[in-house]
Amino acid sequence: MNNLNKRAVPGNGRTIDIVKKGLNKRYRKERRFRVFGWAAVMISLGFLFLLFISIISNGYTAFQQTMVRLDVYLDTDVIDKDDLAGADYAKLIHEALLSVYPDVTKYNEKRKLYELVSTGAAYRLRDFVAKNRHAIGTTIQIWVPADDDVDMLIKGHIDRKTPQSRRRINDRQLAWVDHLISRGQVKKVFNMTFFTSGDSREPELAGIWGAVCGSFYTLIVTLVLSFPIGGAAAVYLEEFAPKNRWTDIIEVNINNLAAVPSIVYGLLGLAVFLNFFGLPRSVPLVGGLVLTLMTLPTIIIVGRSALKAVSPSIREAGLSIGASKVQLVAHHVLPQALPGMLTGTIIGMAQALGETAPLLMIGMVAFIVDIPAGFTDPSTVLPVQIYLWADSPERAFLEKTSAAIMVLLLFLMIMNATAVFLRRIFEKRQ
Amino acid sequence: MKKMIVISIVLVYLSILGIAQARAGAARDYISIVGSSTVYPFATVVAENFGKKTRFKTPKIESTGSGGGHKLFGSGIGVAHPDITNSSARITKSQLEKDFKNGVKEVVEVKIGYDGIVVANSRQAMVFRLNRKDLFLALAKQVPVAGNKGALQQNPYKTWKQINALLPDVKIEVFGPPPTSGTRDAFVEMAMEGGANTFTWIATLKKTDKKRYKEICHTIREDGAYIEAGENDNLIVDKLSKSPDALGILGFSFLDQNTDKIQGSFIDGVQPTFQAISDGFYPVSRPLFFYVKKAHVDTIPGMREYLAEFTSETAWGDDGYLTTKGLIPMPEKERRKYKKIVEELTPLTLDDLN
Repeated sequence: MNNLNKRAVPGNGRTIDIVKKGLNKRYRKERRFRVFGWAAVMISLGFLFLLFISIISNGYTAFQQTMVRLDVYLDTDVIDKDDLAGADYAKLIHEALLSVYPDVTKYNEKRKLYELVSTGAAYRLRDFVAKNRHAIGTTIQIWVPADDDVDMLIKGHIDRKTPQSRRRINDRQLAWVDHLISRGQVKKVFNMTFFTSGDSREPELAGIWGAVCGSFYTLIVTLVLSFPIGGAAAVYLEEFAPKNRWTDIIEVNINNLAAVPSIVYGLLGLAVFLNFFGLPRSVPLVGGLVLTLMTLPTIIIVGRSALKAVSPSIREAGLSIGASKVQLVAHHVLPQALPGMLTGTIIGMAQALGETAPLLMIGMVAFIVDIPAGFTDPSTVLPVQIYLWADSPERAFLEKTSAAIMVLLLFLMIMNATAVFLRRIFEKRQ
Repeated sequence: MKKMIVISIVLVYLSILGIAQARAGAARDYISIVGSSTVYPFATVVAENFGKKTRFKTPKIESTGSGGGHKLFGSGIGVAHPDITNSSARITKSQLEKDFKNGVKEVVEVKIGYDGIVVANSRQAMVFRLNRKDLFLALAKQVPVAGNKGALQQNPYKTWKQINALLPDVKIEVFGPPPTSGTRDAFVEMAMEGGANTFTWIATLKKTDKKRYKEICHTIREDGAYIEAGENDNLIVDKLSKSPDALGILGFSFLDQNTDKIQGSFIDGVQPTFQAISDGFYPVSRPLFFYVKKAHVDTIPGMREYLAEFTSETAWGDDGYLTTKGLIPMPEKERRKYKKIVEELTPLTLDDLN
């Protein structure tokens, strides 16, 4: 065909020759561009993959906890039925351990033996006795958490071959642990404590539930304040505000605020909410207020662009059939823009969920054991918990840190998936 | 749509109402503690045990650093201000004067034990036998010119052998905390100043020109031999186990928890062990304190009980649970002295600080 053309119309033939000559080069260029694009995606996926691999390989063991079974004789001399809380439960635990190894008599050896189980064992026994008063005076079997060092040993984080002086567990303790294992008194169970309890300085007792609750309360405050305020500001600025110098200044400032480092909001929160209004330190209410300030610019900017994206034909159609500006916005423009605004809000929330810097200034970077039960209870949040654990000397907190990161990532994924999901629903409705 | 707007407006109002309520119900039923990140690991253990043993709420502990903690603590009396501040250095006269000015008239000082700062390296390498002079010469930005009294030069030393012929011929590479850290302050004060004092002309400067003395002792070299590794001591442990030639400066509790990976260097002939620090032989160790607002003791529930827990033998004694966390206990006599202070709540006076 080409040859035919060429022969018939010599003038056109030249153009096609030029095109043909350059064609391979253009194809190559396109292929190269695709390879670059593909490589860019692969590199970022690769890094993400590496991140996941390192976090999961470090952290998956935290979801299991080593437990030790003890036969505890609930001595009536130690437990007074009328004063259950006052009994020395640690002593009962110690006696249970000694009954297995009666040959341990020296003070230091006893101490090493007691160190096999967590200090939390006594509190677990106390709770058991409180529920089973009739068991007092008998011997019971109870599974108690092992000490973090034993836990690390069972999970293979302590090398048995290193000389005794360099191990946190000495040879004697190693022999005890092996003996207990051979008697079936040691098992690994799913670590419920990690999901149900608050922070602790003992890795085997530490959990993220307190931080999760804190994050929840903080985000509720943030959501309840930032979505209506941000949405209203976006609608007003985009739909109603006159275009003059003042609105220009406001717009520039909002864009600037979106880029302000988050610690600045913490300082602002400290000065305004704590020092001026006198709100208490370390509470989700103040945390939520500070994070509201931080996420507002994001929500306003995304909200405005969502409003801008609503087709002008809808506005014109609405106005042409006699709708007022308010009716137009409320009935036609806003429903169209809502998916975009919601996405912006959820992205802002996800940002707020991962924030620690502004919370440092208002005292939410703190050791808090009790699970917060409301907006004014002292609490911390998930990323702060991760930061605090990463800073702890005990080896066992390493895996807890990674496990907490996994939980945080899970929440972020859920939030982002919700954003996609909501957008789909709203888009379908129209 | 309308409903949503109405609901959101109602929610906003509800939360504002919540704020108002929070202000009204300002009475605090938990102890608020701030202060040093070095004392934090110990105070938190006590707080946790206190919370489990008693009917009171577990105290809230913020790790703000000694200086930041004191600022919060000394800003006034009342539930908005913390009850206790932890400190890795003794309160200064000016800090106490400021407290007095802000109405915090009675401050009780409690010493809880000691903390050692160790210079550690990987188990794969030889143990270092350093003295404080070596540390000063290796890490100061400016060092004295040999044989020329009063003259300083930019730190020329690249390997440890150049400083002290007994040390190995490896590059000087030290991971340590940044200037914002209390560990860094203590290290500079005890190790660097101690090393600098071996030069008599620098030691005399301390009396004649304190500013210049501090400049010489406290300025750490910036040519890459000293690497600021962040506030996280775990990171330093990790880096040391990966680079056997490097040394790291960290708290004793981190050495105690990682004896399979790192070892503490001898300083002035003493290795950082529990016993050596407790007996006061190890030169780079510091006392740890906390300060209590006496005015709060009877208004915040659980204060007396918390103090009793902290000063009980099961906590800070020779075999107490704090020692398993790396706190080095005081001798028994000192413990009795501070226990008595806590029981009687004897406030600190300006004359006590000298």
